[in-house]
This record gives sequence, C-alpha cells and structure tokens, in this order.
Amino acid sequence: MTETSARTPEVRTTDGIVLRFAGDSGDGMQLTGDRFTSASALFGNDLATLPEFPAEIRAPAGTLAGVSSFQVHISDHDITTPGDAPTVLVAMNPAALQADLHLLKPGGTVIVNADAFNERNLAKAGYESNPLEDGSLDGYTVVTAPMTDLTKRACQDLGVKPRDAERSKNFFALGLVSWLYSRPVKPTVDWIDGKFAGRDTVIAANKAAFAAGHAFGETAELGASRLMVQPAALEPGTYTNINGNTALSWGLIAASQQAGIPLFLGSYPITPASDVLHELARHKNFGVRTLQAEDEIGAVGAALGAAYGGHIGVTTTSGPGMALKAETVGLAVSLEVPLVVIDIQRGGPSTGLPTKTEAADLLMAMYGRHGEAPLPIVAAQSPSDCFFTAIEAVRLAVEHRTPVILLSDGYLANSSEPWRIPDVEQLDSIAVNFASKPNHVNDEGESVFWPFRRDERLVRPWAIPGTPGLMHRIGGIEKEDGSGNISYEPDNHQAMVRLRAERIALIAHHIPPAEVVGDPDASVAVVSWGSTWGAITSARRRIESAGRRLAHIHLRHLNPLPANLGDLLRSFERVVVPEMNTGQLCRMLRAEYLVDAKSVTKVSGQPFTAAELVEAFGEAIGATGEQR
Amino acid sequence: MTDVPVTTRKDWTTDQEVRWCPGCGDYSILTAVQLLMPELEVRREDTVFVSGIGCAARFPYYMNTYGLHAIHGRSPAVATGLAMARGDLHVWVVGGDGDMMSIGGNHLIHALRRNVNLNILLFNNQIYGLTKGQYSPTSERGKVTKSTPHGSVEQPFNAISLALGAEASFVARTHDMDRGHMQEMFRRAHEHPGAAFVEVFQNCNVFNDGAFAALTKRDARDSMLIDLRHGEPVRFGADDEFGVVMDGGRARVVQVADVGVDALVVHDEADPDPSVAFALSRLANTNDVPTPIGVFRAVERSEYGSAVTSQIAASQSKAGPGDLHKLLHSRPTWQVA
Repeated sequence: MTETSARTPEVRTTDGIVLRFAGDSGDGMQLTGDRFTSASALFGNDLATLPEFPAEIRAPAGTLAGVSSFQVHISDHDITTPGDAPTVLVAMNPAALQADLHLLKPGGTVIVNADAFNERNLAKAGYESNPLEDGSLDGYTVVTAPMTDLTKRACQDLGVKPRDAERSKNFFALGLVSWLYSRPVKPTVDWIDGKFAGRDTVIAANKAAFAAGHAFGETAELGASRLMVQPAALEPGTYTNINGNTALSWGLIAASQQAGIPLFLGSYPITPASDVLHELARHKNFGVRTLQAEDEIGAVGAALGAAYGGHIGVTTTSGPGMALKAETVGLAVSLEVPLVVIDIQRGGPSTGLPTKTEAADLLMAMYGRHGEAPLPIVAAQSPSDCFFTAIEAVRLAVEHRTPVILLSDGYLANSSEPWRIPDVEQLDSIAVNFASKPNHVNDEGESVFWPFRRDERLVRPWAIPGTPGLMHRIGGIEKEDGSGNISYEPDNHQAMVRLRAERIALIAHHIPPAEVVGDPDASVAVVSWGSTWGAITSARRRIESAGRRLAHIHLRHLNPLPANLGDLLRSFERVVVPEMNTGQLCRMLRAEYLVDAKSVTKVSGQPFTAAELVEAFGEAIGATGEQR
Repeated sequence: MTDVPVTTRKDWTTDQEVRWCPGCGDYSILTAVQLLMPELEVRREDTVFVSGIGCAARFPYYMNTYGLHAIHGRSPAVATGLAMARGDLHVWVVGGDGDMMSIGGNHLIHALRRNVNLNILLFNNQIYGLTKGQYSPTSERGKVTKSTPHGSVEQPFNAISLALGAEASFVARTHDMDRGHMQEMFRRAHEHPGAAFVEVFQNCNVFNDGAFAALTKRDARDSMLIDLRHGEPVRFGADDEFGVVMDGGRARVVQVADVGVDALVVHDEADPDPSVAFALSRLANTNDVPTPIGVFRAVERSEYGSAVTSQIAASQSKAGPGDLHKLLHSRPTWQVA
C-alpha cells in the first residue's frame, strides 16, 4: 500500500462490526469500550455490548487472570446480540491476545500495542515466542502500533509525567479505532472535557493520546483496513444508549411516579446489582430514599418496613443475597404487602462467578422459601426492557399486594443498547388505593377494619399507619382470613394456603397472553425467558433467512404463566427451551403442561451465541422432519 | 398536639387475649406502656409497634395501634425502613434478648449507630422463653439450661455496654417491678429524637425465675439499684451511704463517708463522651452486685430519617422536583427520523 492510498482512503462500508477491546484490568478497557459505544450510538448505529471483567479489582498486571474485555457490536440494521465472534480484537498486551484471540473470526483484524510485547509480558501470558514475529497471526490482519511510546511522546510537552502519560494509552487505542471505523470524534472529546473537569493535565493527556491515535491511523498506511458502518434504520424517535441496571433504576423511578407514592430502596452492595443502588441514590429529587443496609436481610427488612408504611419497597441483590432474603420474602407473602425483590443473577452456587452471567435462580424464585409461599415472578429480556419490567413488577406488587421477584442477570445489567425513549405520558398508571374506611360490621353491629378482607381478585386492603380508625396488627403467624387475628385452626390454615396460591394464580387474568413471534405454524416452538431473548431472536432470523420456520414464545411472566401458554405449547410438534441454567423453565413447563419440552442449556458464565442456537434449533427442526 | 383526643388505657388495649404465662414480667411492662400512652399526647393511628419473634414479640397484638409482628431478629431493620419512610410516626420496637442481641444483633447495633427514630425496648430475661429454656447471649457464665447441661461457658453481653459501644444516643435501663420507673424511661425514650434503647430487666418466672430478684425485690432495691439521675452525684443505699467514684477510668463503689460527697461522680447523661457512661455500665456484669438503672446516656445527634429527608429536600430545591421526561433524556440522545 502506498502513502497516497493511505491519505485518500477508500472507506469500505460494511453492515456491521464486532469489536473487542481487551487489556489489563488497569488499562481502562471498560471505559474505552463504553466511549466507542457512545460515539457509535450518537452516530446512529444499532448496537449491543458485552462487558467482561474479572472479579478481582486488580489482578496481577499482565496476567491472563487480569484481562478485562469489552465487546461491542455496531450495525446498520436492527441487531439483538453483542455478536457471536469479534471481527476486530484490540489487544493492549500479550495476555489480552492470549486470552481472547481464539474468539476472533478467522481473517479478522488484530490491533495490538506493540510496546507491551516485551519478554516479561510475553512470559507472563505464557508465550514462548513473540506472536507478532513468529507467524502465529498469519491468518489475521495485524495492525501494530507502539501505543505506549507514542502516547508518552504526545504528552511530553504537556507537563504530564511519563508514568501518568502512559495511563492515557487507552485513549490512543480509542483514537486509532475511531479513525479505522470512522467514528465521530467530537462526542469523545466533549466527554473527556466533562469527565475530567478540573483535572486539566489529565484532560490534555487524554485528548493528546486520542488525537495521536487518530493521526496514527491516517499516517500509518492503514487505509485498507478502514471500514464504515452506516446508521441503522431504526424506528423514528429519540434514542439513548442504556444498560440494564440504569434502565431498571429508571423503571423503578417511573413506577413510583406512575403510582404517585415514593420509592424506597434497601440494598447491600453486591456484584452485579450495586449500580442500581448507585443510580437510585443520585435521584433524591424524585423523593427516592435509599438505604445501604448492614446486610442483605436488613436491606429487605427495611424495604418491607417502608412498604408497610406506604412506599414502594424495593430491594436489589444477586444470588447470594437472594438466599439471605428468603425468610423476609416469606414474611411478605404471609403479610400480603407489596415488595419488589430484584435478583440480578450471576454464576452460582455460593460466590460462584460474581462478574459472569447465569440465569439459574428461577427455581429459587419459584420455590426458595419455606412453606407454600407463591409469588409472581417477572424477567427482563434486554437491557432496555429492564425499564418496562421494573414498572410491571411494581404494578403487580402494588395492585396485588404481594412480593414480586424480578429476574435480571449480569449480562443485561452491564450490556447496553440504543433505546427509543418512551413518551412518559403513555406509561400506564399504577393504582394504589390505600384503605381509608372500615370494611366490616362485626357481631355487635360496629364498623371495624378487617385487614384480610379481600376484593374479587382476593386482594386485601393496604391500610397504612397514620390512617385513623384502621389500626390493626399483622404478622407472620398464620391468621384468620378476614379479621387477620392469629389462628392456629387446621381448617383455616388449609384455606389460607389455598387462598394464597389462588390469588397469585388469578394474576394470570391480569397479564397479557403469550405471543408467538416468527411462524405460528412452525413445527418447532422455542420457549424462553430472560436475556436469552437477544440470541434467540438473532438465531430465529438466521433460520428464517435460510428458508426454515420457527416459532418463538418469550415469557416476561414466569409465575403465573400466561393463561394461554399450555394450549399454545401443545399446538407445536416440538418445544425447545434454551436457558442459561440446567433446564429450570423446561422442568416447570413439563410439570405444568405435560409437554415433552427439550432443554438447550449453557452454564459457562457467557450468554448464548446465535450460532449455538441456530445449530440447536436446526437440529430440533430436522428432528420433526420438516423440509427446508 | 392540642388536637390529640383524650384517651385512656382502654383505648390502647386490644380485644386479644394476652397469652403470656401467668406471672410473666411482660404483663407489668404491657400495663406500664398501656397506662403511659394516653399521657404522651400521640394519636393511636400514628403509633406503630414492631416486633420480631419471642415471648416479648407478641407485644404488638395487645396494643390498639398499628402493629407489625415480623420475623426473628429483624424488627430493628423493618422498623428502620418504616421510620425512614414515615417520619410522622412513633415507632416502637419490642423484643427479647435472643431476638435483639443474638439473631438480630447486627440490625440492633446499626439502628443505634444510624440513630433511626425508634424506641427500642429490650425485654432482657437472660433466657430463651418461647423455645422453652435455652441460654441466651445475656445468660451468665455457668448457666445450666437445656442446651448447656454442664453450664454455659460463654461470656454474656452487657446490653448497656453494647448499646453504648454501638454509638447509641440514648441508653437507659429499668426493671419490670417498678412501673413508675419504667414509665419514666419509656417517656424519655419517646421524647428522644433518634434511636432510644431501653433495657428492661424482666423476670421469666418459668425458665429463669428470680434472675433479677437480688436487685429488684422491694427490700433489696435501695442497696442494689443505683438510680442514675442527671446532674446529681451517683449514690445509693437506704441512707444514700454508698456512692460511685471514677478511679483511673474505672467506676468504683465506695462508702460516701470514706470519700466525701464531692468525690462522687456527678451523672451527666448529656456528656458527648460515652466513657463515664460505659464505666458505669461496667459496675455490674452479674446480678448480685449493685447495678445502675436510669438514663445512662441522652445526647443530641442528627436523626437518621430526618437527615435523609433533608437531603431529599435539598436535592429538590437544587434540581427541582423529579421530572421523568428529563431523567429519560439526561444522557446523550440522538434522533432517528
């Protein structure tokens, strides 16, 4: 390639790029990926991201254990996954290359910081020879840049110490990929100004590194690698890029606004749920109260206390915290008070994989309490869907006076996607209806308040302290239906156990029916829940474009299940249930409907790729004998 | 408060049959509270009793107020959420030594540390009653119970020391044989903004009968209970012949005649430093030596719920009340036509 061609590059267009930034956990890869994502979002691409980081804050530098990655899929059309395999890998050191090269598509592009490929780092990463020199990258397009050195040089006249300047090398990488993939520059420059406001040398160093990376692309004969991804033709509207935890937080605030009562969050820090606490703590002007409690049990206890007092009581956690909260959630079942319990699932059991995703808490959500303690369960399907799922969880809790478990997961929590911001005027309202009057006449002819007198949906009144004339006592001891007085009577307990089950089952009449996406006349139906939606949707589209048929039923409500689901499933020859566990929903469907559902499972801490599912669905379709 | 209707004990009493064992100290505590409430000039509907599990935790069922009987140990946590959400309420927390000092110890110390506006009544009978007689975290060393047939080898908590160590802003002790004193302590707890902790020595006549008899029987009180009174020298005895001095950071009982009145500790419940209060709490770690009762500590400190509420108010006056449309557009946005 000649210099001339580099200066007047023919920028080729492509329909999508999957870019993976990989480096040491101290290299700022999450931030770099996030900036690339934001610039792409503002440019108008559709996108999906997959941040991956180690559980350790700083694993030893240069080791495989310390590699932190951020994958982003940008596209000129509607996409639903962060991409099966990266087409571009940015590796800031040998460990990053060693850890992630196997993910890269054959023929893909590797961009490396050549300065980091010294003997020491190569040894730490387990390389016996330098992969930049020994031919092991021959099948790839390799772009090497002395990022550390050029960053230091770019900063040398700015009064920045070389050690500090070196920290800006991720901005060099960002500048380089911004040039290679034709990203707008201004959003990143503006962002640097805002993010590091007041730290002028940091601003100067980051901007200088960014500009140097950009210039390197222009001057280093990289024109042939340059690509452009045009904006996607998304539905008209105003968009923002949002991750699951932010969407969830905003959904809770929206629900509080729609219900007209304040939001109370009791939470204890835990990965990957803490960001919801952080986000809600920022929005006190919405009347949000947040309590960082002494422990998980204190967190749910306080949320229950606030709910008893007439607030929207919410607690957020991940698997280990769910285990600790179980007794209090059981109390909420017995008290019949609204409570929203949010489980942002991660790999288990025990501490498991704190920063990796899994969706193996469904059966715990269903059954993980002592006694018969049914409650509604909802699950989010995509980062932005966390917003609507949060509103739905609050609606069910408040309107049906019950604890509700909302299941998200580590992948949804941290992944982001463009979200068409809804019109707040169009959001459904949530009916609170605090009790204000006695509701029963006793044997003496006096008007009294019965805390467990139910309406036609079997919902009891919510009488909050401060309401004159409605003083009453409730507790976790079995109570007489109606009066709420303590009762150990055998017949009463039997009736109460059945009532509690029935009132949750009745919610099936207050949720939408299950819907089929794809071909309702296909032989094979895929039934799913949670974050598998994206990969399944992508796989279904590929199956359809190959001329085959597939039906997809995605469930937001996991308890009760939609009323039409049994009949729907029985209308298919074969039912396939992909899950990031060992078959929990599949077991529920088989037990509930006696359908011969088949499980497709993955428990590696990684989301499904579309390719894996195309294969699984293809096999299922093949097994039915359906012709192409 | 002038518009609070006049009430009597009857108004504060529910129609539920009280189910403690005959002779239980809980009856006298219940009576003291029911008789006190009409004097506090609060509305019944603005009053909430929250409890955990145990004999004491049945208390809310007998108070004609709002009541929440939660689960074992968690009442301070549940009450924290309620008091944070509803600064307009008077929230009382009632529980025993197993409930609040064992399974619920963590919630108790953090409620005290945060200074949540709660009146916490610890009914300390030094035994598990509802589970029928196991030793508790306040049982003395050597205590023989069903679960310690060879005697307990554990060091008990001193509830007052624990509360002081947990940064409590109000700490008091009383006992179930003296209604007047109980009511005085409960009233002070009610009037204290923030977390008020009151330990009540309570007799369990079935599983630990007479645990406090050496202190609380009528003819022993003068010589065995040291009644702490703010601003007065700490002294006791039928003729006030005993007193307490501070000696090298420790509190020590002396004959007043030996040291003179001026040498005695003058009780200062408002002392910002809890050291002397703590030293007083260490005078008695067993129930056979003179034991202080009364208000050990009552200091003013920012109340938790109000502090949270003022942050909300400050945030609203700075950023304006929450605007959902604005929030959803608060990050970079772009238009798709």
